[in-house]
Amino acid sequence: MTTLVAPQRSPGVAVPRRPLPARLAWLGIAVVALVLVATASVAFGSRVVSLHEIVSAFTGTEDGIAQAAVRGRLPRTILAVVVGATLGLVGTVLQAVTRNPLADPQVLGITSGASLFVVTGIAFVGLASPMAYIWVAIAGSALAATFVYAIGSLGRGGPTPLKLALAGAATSAAFNALISAILLPRIEVMDEFRFWEIGGVGGATYDKLALVAPFLVTGALICFLSARGLNALALGDDVAAGLGERVARTRLLAATGAFILCGAATAVAGPIGFVGLMVPHACRLLVGVDHRWLLPCSALAGATLLTAADVVGRLVARPSEVDVGIVTALIGAPFFIVMVRRLRMRSL
Amino acid sequence: MSAGVLTSTGVVAAGRARRTRRWRLIVTILAIAVVVAFCLSLMVGRTFYGPDEVLRVIAGQKVPGASFTVGVLRLPRAVLAALAGFAFGLAGVTFQTMLRNALAAPDIIGISSGASAGAVFAILVLKVSSAATVSVLAIVTALATAGLIYLLAYKDGVLGTRLILIGIGIGAILKSLVSYLIVRAAAWDLQVAMRWLTGSLNGAAWSRVLPLAVAVAVFVPLLLGQARNLDLLRLGDDAAAALGVRVERTRLVAILGAVALTAFATAATGPIAFVAFLAGPIAARIVGPSGSLMIPAALVGALLVLVSDLIGQFAFDTRYPVGVITGAVGALYLVFLLVRTNRSGGSL
Repeated sequence: MTTLVAPQRSPGVAVPRRPLPARLAWLGIAVVALVLVATASVAFGSRVVSLHEIVSAFTGTEDGIAQAAVRGRLPRTILAVVVGATLGLVGTVLQAVTRNPLADPQVLGITSGASLFVVTGIAFVGLASPMAYIWVAIAGSALAATFVYAIGSLGRGGPTPLKLALAGAATSAAFNALISAILLPRIEVMDEFRFWEIGGVGGATYDKLALVAPFLVTGALICFLSARGLNALALGDDVAAGLGERVARTRLLAATGAFILCGAATAVAGPIGFVGLMVPHACRLLVGVDHRWLLPCSALAGATLLTAADVVGRLVARPSEVDVGIVTALIGAPFFIVMVRRLRMRSL
Repeated sequence: MSAGVLTSTGVVAAGRARRTRRWRLIVTILAIAVVVAFCLSLMVGRTFYGPDEVLRVIAGQKVPGASFTVGVLRLPRAVLAALAGFAFGLAGVTFQTMLRNALAAPDIIGISSGASAGAVFAILVLKVSSAATVSVLAIVTALATAGLIYLLAYKDGVLGTRLILIGIGIGAILKSLVSYLIVRAAAWDLQVAMRWLTGSLNGAAWSRVLPLAVAVAVFVPLLLGQARNLDLLRLGDDAAAALGVRVERTRLVAILGAVALTAFATAATGPIAFVAFLAGPIAARIVGPSGSLMIPAALVGALLVLVSDLIGQFAFDTRYPVGVITGAVGALYLVFLLVRTNRSGGSL
């Protein structure tokens, strides 16, 4: 039996505490980077638009093809920013709640749970309203996460990163088989689903954005409110309880926030993996481990990463495009492998 | 002779003889079950043929109707099902034994994804139409994937834990590539390519059976030759080395054999979900703590595929590919793992 020990969780090792100006500077840099990639996302596409034309589209001084292109790309850019920020938050909260450096909605099989519920809803209950998709996806996320966590906790040693990752992979495989079982006799649902399944922000509209906004705001608020509790959880359950933290309640609350965010993001953009894995690790290096700083930084960095991935996906395959879920998997999975190689592992 | 006279070695020997008898009995029963399922899948179908007609077809006689249906359609399919199940079961239990983890089957740790990616690439991008070429490419990519996982996991020796996690990461990359290719696919290629996602016995022909049969003939004896060493590896690397097992060499041979079996089987049928995953634990449940699991697991694998294919073809209004059925069985198994309270404290 082997276990993993994450470097940053080792007891006795002092966590580098960044001075306040450095943290503020990094947050500022993250904001600037986000603005830059968002501008790029509006500017690039099958037709490249100049900065001047973007400005004119917003002020309404000119009206031409370029301005129309900008207006067409705007909802897509907003969706990428919003979903990216959401996934960054979800990853940070999941990693803190499970105390697992490899936690990510896709690695843990949570998005496949959302997919399974949405498909079941469409095929059997006749769900048709996008609002219903969101509720069903949130329920699916919560259920799948609980399922995976329970399987990963079986046996000796509790929920180690290895067992959680394996339980997530196995659960995804099982859910995918069930999804094919539901889809195969229903060609029309299958064709719809095959595009949603990849994960993309291409089909964004203002209506969709307005629909998920309340969910995302609620989920994000819950996550930010549990920041202090997450800091206590990082010390270990016993110490946190000794400090007066109600461990189970904090976990439940933060996880609920993460499920709401994850379900809503998955309902609107499909399953997108690995953003939630990469972003928290990068942000911990920048602003340290205090969740009151880590959560905003992760949101900004996640938004930047997903928007950048979307731009890259549009540029490399012009005039067609590579869906953003594929770009993040191609960047994120190697990152995952590097993480695994850096984890200290020992045999018991 | 009374019990008091029995020396302690006598008791041990008697116990060992009893366990060996029990093991042989179980293997015989499993083998009979496989034969029965095999015969059933030859007899059952849109037209039912009795055992006498089936036997006459196999003996080479001309039977009107049955010669085509049984000889050309059902026989290759049944042989392919049995061989693929056998290969998946043996490969799965080899990985699970070697990595000391019941969730670490080749389909979970990315090796089947390697074969799928190669096959989908060959069909959709290289426009290869011959099944043999597709199989060769699938095998090459599966071996390359396994080699890559092994290399990336190598850092002062290969730790099972690291191998599993890196396999999951590589699997994620390959799966995203496959889904990208599938989304871009023209509708008429899609049907063929989808087989590489779920695993199906449709279109079974002798040309597809032959390479798998050769692989089974070569690699099964190779793996069975390592059975004792592999069983000792369960005690832990250090303990096994102390008992005279050359750990790295055993592991390398086992990986090579298991990967080759997985690759050939996947090339013939596509990745049939969860057969490799389920065969080992089911066999362990039947056989109990003593006795090698390799042969029972291989037989359980063959039984799983044969029975699941019968269910998939005839139990529902829609004809489901076998991989969907085995995947659903896998989902049930995961639930079963949860429901069963883990009193023994055995690790996953």
